[in-house]
Amino acid sequence: MPDTVLNSLTAVNLLDKLEKGAISSGAILEDLKSRIADKDGKVKAYVRLGPQIGGVSLGVQDSQLKGIPVSVKDNICTDGFNTECCSSILSGFTPPYDATVIKKLKKSGAFILGLKTNMDEFAFGSSTENSCFGPTHNPWDLDCVTGGSSGGSAAAVAADEAIFALGSDTGGSIRQPAAFCGVVGMKPTYGRVSRYGLIAFASSLDQIGPFTKDIADCALVMNIISGHDEMDSTSANIEVPDYAESLGKDIKGLRIGIPKEYFIDGMDPQVKLAVENAIQRLRSLGAVCSEVSLPHTKYAVPVYYIVATAEASSNLARFDGVQYGLRAKEPSGLIDMYCKTRGQGFGEEAKRRIILGTFVLSHGYYDAYYLRALKVRTLIRRDFDKVFKDFDCIVTPTSPTPAFKIGEKSSDPLKMYLSDIYTISANLAGIPALSMPCGFTKCGLPVGLQLLGKAFDEKMILRIAHAYEQSEGWRKIKPKL
Amino acid sequence: MDYEAVIGLEVHLHLNTRTKAFCACSTQFGNPANTQTCPVCLGFPGSLPVYNRAALDSGIKVGLALGCTIQEYTKFDRKNYFYPDLPKDYQISQYDLPLAKEGFIDIELDNAQVKRIGIIRVHMEEDAGKLVHEANESLVDYNRTGVPLLEIVSYPDMNSPEEAYKYLTNLKAVLSYLDVSDCDMEKGSLRCDANVSIRKKGAKELGTKAELKNMNSFKAVKDALEYEVRRQSLVLDQGGKIIQETLLWDEKAMQTVSMRTKEGAQDYRYFPEPDIPAFIIDKAKIEEVRLTIPELPKEKLARFMKDFGLSEKDAFILVGSKKAAEFAEGCINDYPGKEKKSVANWLIGPVLSEANSRNCAISELKISAKGLSELIGFVENGIISNLTAKAVLKDMIDSGKSAEAIITEKNLAQVSDEASLNAHIEEVIKVNAPTVESYKSGKANAAMFLVGQVMKRSGGKANPKMVQELIKRRLS
Repeated sequence: MPDTVLNSLTAVNLLDKLEKGAISSGAILEDLKSRIADKDGKVKAYVRLGPQIGGVSLGVQDSQLKGIPVSVKDNICTDGFNTECCSSILSGFTPPYDATVIKKLKKSGAFILGLKTNMDEFAFGSSTENSCFGPTHNPWDLDCVTGGSSGGSAAAVAADEAIFALGSDTGGSIRQPAAFCGVVGMKPTYGRVSRYGLIAFASSLDQIGPFTKDIADCALVMNIISGHDEMDSTSANIEVPDYAESLGKDIKGLRIGIPKEYFIDGMDPQVKLAVENAIQRLRSLGAVCSEVSLPHTKYAVPVYYIVATAEASSNLARFDGVQYGLRAKEPSGLIDMYCKTRGQGFGEEAKRRIILGTFVLSHGYYDAYYLRALKVRTLIRRDFDKVFKDFDCIVTPTSPTPAFKIGEKSSDPLKMYLSDIYTISANLAGIPALSMPCGFTKCGLPVGLQLLGKAFDEKMILRIAHAYEQSEGWRKIKPKL
Repeated sequence: MDYEAVIGLEVHLHLNTRTKAFCACSTQFGNPANTQTCPVCLGFPGSLPVYNRAALDSGIKVGLALGCTIQEYTKFDRKNYFYPDLPKDYQISQYDLPLAKEGFIDIELDNAQVKRIGIIRVHMEEDAGKLVHEANESLVDYNRTGVPLLEIVSYPDMNSPEEAYKYLTNLKAVLSYLDVSDCDMEKGSLRCDANVSIRKKGAKELGTKAELKNMNSFKAVKDALEYEVRRQSLVLDQGGKIIQETLLWDEKAMQTVSMRTKEGAQDYRYFPEPDIPAFIIDKAKIEEVRLTIPELPKEKLARFMKDFGLSEKDAFILVGSKKAAEFAEGCINDYPGKEKKSVANWLIGPVLSEANSRNCAISELKISAKGLSELIGFVENGIISNLTAKAVLKDMIDSGKSAEAIITEKNLAQVSDEASLNAHIEEVIKVNAPTVESYKSGKANAAMFLVGQVMKRSGGKANPKMVQELIKRRLS
């Protein structure tokens, strides 16, 4: 079955075949289309599924990616293709511009799928259940969530409905779904990848990053999307190394920290076991693993929900019915237009976060909440600075549990918020982090291993991740759909 | 009762940068609606602001010229409120770390004393769009959205509408010298809101203030303040209480109208703009900008008085705007004669009145420094009279021709030839015998009448000085 072979391959493998002339980029796209047509009815990784599947590629034929398709989360602007953040309030919004990452991918010869991947509305969630299009189903168990908010991208890659995909990560929105779906997901250092064209959730935390089938593809995509962008004042003007150079190197003598605060009660024992096995494997590969402390970890979730909701409440103000997206019918005046439009257009979680964020920024509460949160955020960052003086990398579980059942936590926002307990700190500290498969539970759900690195040292993470990946066979196990 | 007004002013200034504050769109005024927009200034989702360095330089320049301290570590903040002219529903502004702090503007009081009006802060922000209200709908023009603004906030140091007016005049003069804005209130590139309260004369504590908006000229600011001081005095005299509110000035009705009270005040939920990292303005940058600051009105005024022997009043008129001052200085320097003051008199007299009647600045008149100095030369050499010169000036401005050309073309040169003047004089003496008699009987004024008659006969071209001389000689 040559057809199914193509869509299950990595970009690096496909490029090799394209190089040799064994296949054509058209064949990859056709193969992918039929896979989506075949499987997405069950998985629902994509939204607005219709005849309009393809986007243009500006790259020349012999450019780097040679027409390999990329799937894009619904909050990354694609010129001419709907970008709605899976929210009714952006219904029909087609940006007249590409996000910088899309421009870069086009220039590299990628084929941008006009079909966008599902997500929690405005990236508010950890399960992709908060989408106005309904949830995406985990390819490993269709009754389970994919994680979120980039659940569509994670599921598409896991189900071979995508070669690779882009997501965004504000508090774990790439890494947690990558863990739940058994794929590789990376949140780069804040400022490494331009945010221009990413519809903002929390501007000081958001980063775009790749979902891939293995570490080599992650390095490949990182090479393309990273770098300074004049359109984004928060993007760093720091040289981007060749990430592919970090592949295939040994990790002997590298110092890996295991934060004791991450191995908590309530953590799923099977997740714990898988992560401990992975640490053992790293040791056997020559890494020196020892316990470290990140004492302010327990404040990460509350700090995050203050900073992120505050920024979100302001970022989402522009969805007011004036220029684009939804405008409520027959408003009786300006205020009524605002209220009705936002009342009808936003889902429950979006409203909850806007209200929270508005509250913490309000006169009389700012100092007690927002300002204090910023101070604690600095303490969290310093925790990492301290550890990274003596360590090359920190390894933790990505999430305390494997994928949970659809509907299981959707009525309890607090429980849902704790799903990001291990991933949030990296966003607050601005450091790079990656999730990769490190085993399965007894029920066959993937478990994710999280690697955190120094700011702008994605290379070290990729080096360790690649060494670990090559020593295990997890990536070869595919969900049965 | 005797009250004292306490007034503070907020001035919003459009910076004349080529592009907007956070994107590359043009800032040009007056183009068709929504032709100067992009995803950034339209606040489209995913777009991000990038700060305009030229606007920052202008801000530093204004801060320095007003004697402020420049904040070395500064940042932008978001001011959150919903309004359709604000596409992001927040304005990028500055909150607790404004670009510049603690400056001043000096004004001169009627008793010739100098009063220093303190400036609290100068901060950077972006302008909003313009709403156009039609019968059943409202439209938005986003061309102005994102144009860089400076907000200059004074201390409540002014105690009369007159002082407020002087503060604005002097502030505008400084701003116009810096070349950072066209300072045009009609175009909205300079706007002013006023905070005003009153208190018993001599009292220490402040009264409840009202905020006045919608004044379209400095005169309107003064009128609105005068009205508001009267209104508040009346309320207090009648035993009422002033409520904190925002009032709009209705220029036609010449009164203020309440817009909203304090209860309706917004909570702007300021917080640091996460899309633009805080930044440091280093000392080298500040010094680099300092070098670009030209001589300011105060120094120019002193120099004009000293170098050209002008009175303070005359010098003040000339230094009001930079271009006018430069033009005046050019004229004075170009004038080869000794009496520099006569040029100044021409400038603040006939030239200024020509400019006023044409609603422009003296520097915008179609006349060069050289042309003007030539004209004055003709008067001083007796080629034309002062009166003729004024007409020639008007003609020069209208036609762009030189004084010489106009004098030749219209044959305006004064007749200084004794023979032809005497012919006119004989005629006049002949037909004005009674006047001649009264002159001879000692009425010196009568001579002036005769001179006038000669001027009339000569079609205004007779050299009046010579005529006077000749008549005196003839009748003595």
